[in-house]
Amino acid sequence: MTPRPKPKLAVWKFASCDGCQLSLLDCEDELLAVAGALDIANFPEASRAVVRGPYDLSLVEGSVTTPHDAERIHQVRRASKYLVTIGACATAGGIQALRNFKDVRDLTSMVYATPRYIETLNKSTPIRDHVHVDFELRGCPINKAQLVEVISAYLNGRRPNTPAHSVCIDCKRRGTVCVMVTGTPCLGPVTHTGCGALCPSYHRGCYGCFGPMETPNTASLAEAWTRAGVSNANLLRAFRSFNASAEAFRRESEAHEN
Amino acid sequence: MVNRVVRKNVRRRPGGVAQTAAFAVCGRFGLVRNPAARRLIMSDSDPPGEERFVFECDQLDLLLAALKKHGYRVVGPTVREGAIVYDELRSAADLPVGWSDEQEGGRYRLLKRSDRAHFGYAVGPHSWKQFLHPPVRRLWQASRTQDRLEIVPEKDDPPKTAFLGVRACELHAIQIQDKVFLRGGYSDPSYKARRENAFIVAVNCGHAAGTCFCVSMQCGPKVGAGFDLALTEVVEETRHYFVVQAGSEAGRQILGEIPHREADVSERTAAERIVSRTAEQMGRAMDTTEIKSLLYSNYEHPRWESVAARCLTCGNCTMVCPTCFCTTVEDVTDLSGKHAERWQKWDSCFTTSFSYIHGGSVRPSGYARYRQWMTHKLAAWIDQFGTSGCVGCGRCITWCPVGIDITEEVQAIRSAAPLPARENEENHGNA
Repeated sequence: MTPRPKPKLAVWKFASCDGCQLSLLDCEDELLAVAGALDIANFPEASRAVVRGPYDLSLVEGSVTTPHDAERIHQVRRASKYLVTIGACATAGGIQALRNFKDVRDLTSMVYATPRYIETLNKSTPIRDHVHVDFELRGCPINKAQLVEVISAYLNGRRPNTPAHSVCIDCKRRGTVCVMVTGTPCLGPVTHTGCGALCPSYHRGCYGCFGPMETPNTASLAEAWTRAGVSNANLLRAFRSFNASAEAFRRESEAHEN
Repeated sequence: MVNRVVRKNVRRRPGGVAQTAAFAVCGRFGLVRNPAARRLIMSDSDPPGEERFVFECDQLDLLLAALKKHGYRVVGPTVREGAIVYDELRSAADLPVGWSDEQEGGRYRLLKRSDRAHFGYAVGPHSWKQFLHPPVRRLWQASRTQDRLEIVPEKDDPPKTAFLGVRACELHAIQIQDKVFLRGGYSDPSYKARRENAFIVAVNCGHAAGTCFCVSMQCGPKVGAGFDLALTEVVEETRHYFVVQAGSEAGRQILGEIPHREADVSERTAAERIVSRTAEQMGRAMDTTEIKSLLYSNYEHPRWESVAARCLTCGNCTMVCPTCFCTTVEDVTDLSGKHAERWQKWDSCFTTSFSYIHGGSVRPSGYARYRQWMTHKLAAWIDQFGTSGCVGCGRCITWCPVGIDITEEVQAIRSAAPLPARENEENHGNA
């Protein structure tokens, strides 16, 4: 019996910092197992040797910010059986979605000496706004253990264990004392878990890197922050960061514009 | 200690334990009613004796040493991350000596006391359930070889553990979880092993927090039964001592290994006065009159809308609740597909996956989820386990990031709803 060929993996980059795809190379202990289970066919950060598509599993990092990328993502979709977006850029537009609250022409003229050479879209948008996405993995950056879990689930034909509840549940499971109740404003109650409740374990409030949880009541949390003395300007900044364009966070930041 | 009742003068065992009740142990999809469950009693240990003893505060380390000599790991309150949490204690110096707390809805602060009291604070964010019902636990592993699947059961060998500083409300919470995990025909072997390995040193409360309401729930502040030793800390100008009561043979044995003498009348009175003063300091109160029929007849009530507007559905209240017991399981595989594991994790009825069945979550709104939690806790729990699921510890109030107050929510429903006729009660089985 000839062994079944290994599924072909491709990793694609759109507008992003590369941090999420590097999580794959960061896997260290699991990297050999990943390479053993998958044929890493197209991953320029890892190797110049590119195997032609189609690909069984595509990991897509980054958001769509240029007319060129808006077309390229359709080619990626056509070449991929299973498409997983990874990270806040790909799932919510990323930090570059701050442009969505301004006119991009004002920004290009501030940044570039000759802005007329810049061809860019007015908004930074997540991949699912353009093509069908099979699974979204949150985070800025993604958690590498969750990435391995998603790949493992794909290989074994099961659902990945990536719960969509608040960060609070993971804080409580690990015995971390609630920073919000002891005096530090925290986005944990409205934020999607996945990081392992990292910041509160270092006595910091959650920054919302994984975007809104499944049923985020941002208005109620914002009221509690206000009662704790947080200004409107700081509330706006808190909700307008790596996941600024994620629906619930976008609406909440807009509520604090004045 | 479960079922370890060896008092010499065995008195009445009130009620006996109804073992016939077989019911679902989870509030996940509503409840199975069983009248037999109401016969369950609060505790299966004997009423403790009347004798009181005394040892001085500086001998507390001898108690810890005696427990360690008997092979117990001692866990108890200690200051960490700006709160009083439960963790392993090396000596009495690890206790929050001279610390107290200030608690309100969504607010907790440590405060310095003017004395060197060792137990001068109310309950914090942790509860003993983290030791008896661990938050994350592997249930089993499986390995696939060429032609067979091998299941590897999890070895569960919990260490003997002494809980130092268990409050009256917490003792009630442990007894409620005993009913959940040990009664009704099916027992949880992990919980059972941990429970049987536990030695309980209870402490009568000398301080009530702003969110305490154990008096309303008849769960404190005075320790009733179910402990091995119970302490009352007396801090006077010139003297600092503990009045001790033994609640089991094991407790008597440990006490026998540290210097102590019988308490005199003034010492006994001082201890009694402390706990009765605490009873008068409750920060909150809950009127529990006909609470079951009140909640069963108010599934539709405008107050649920109001609480849903505030509720973050973050799950904190269920995580800190010392009686909430629900779990989920996660099956994981490795990349090769040759190894699989099943993990059990604390879950919350505030997540959508909790009530996910074919087609979606049956409690998609915060309205439905808060109503489920509160109605189960305060009403359906009585049908299911013969007791309220609330012990009045106030943790769900303090540790709610937006300070939702269960006592206030009950009062709001009560004041806006006339009490229903009693016969309606039996027609509302599920929450």
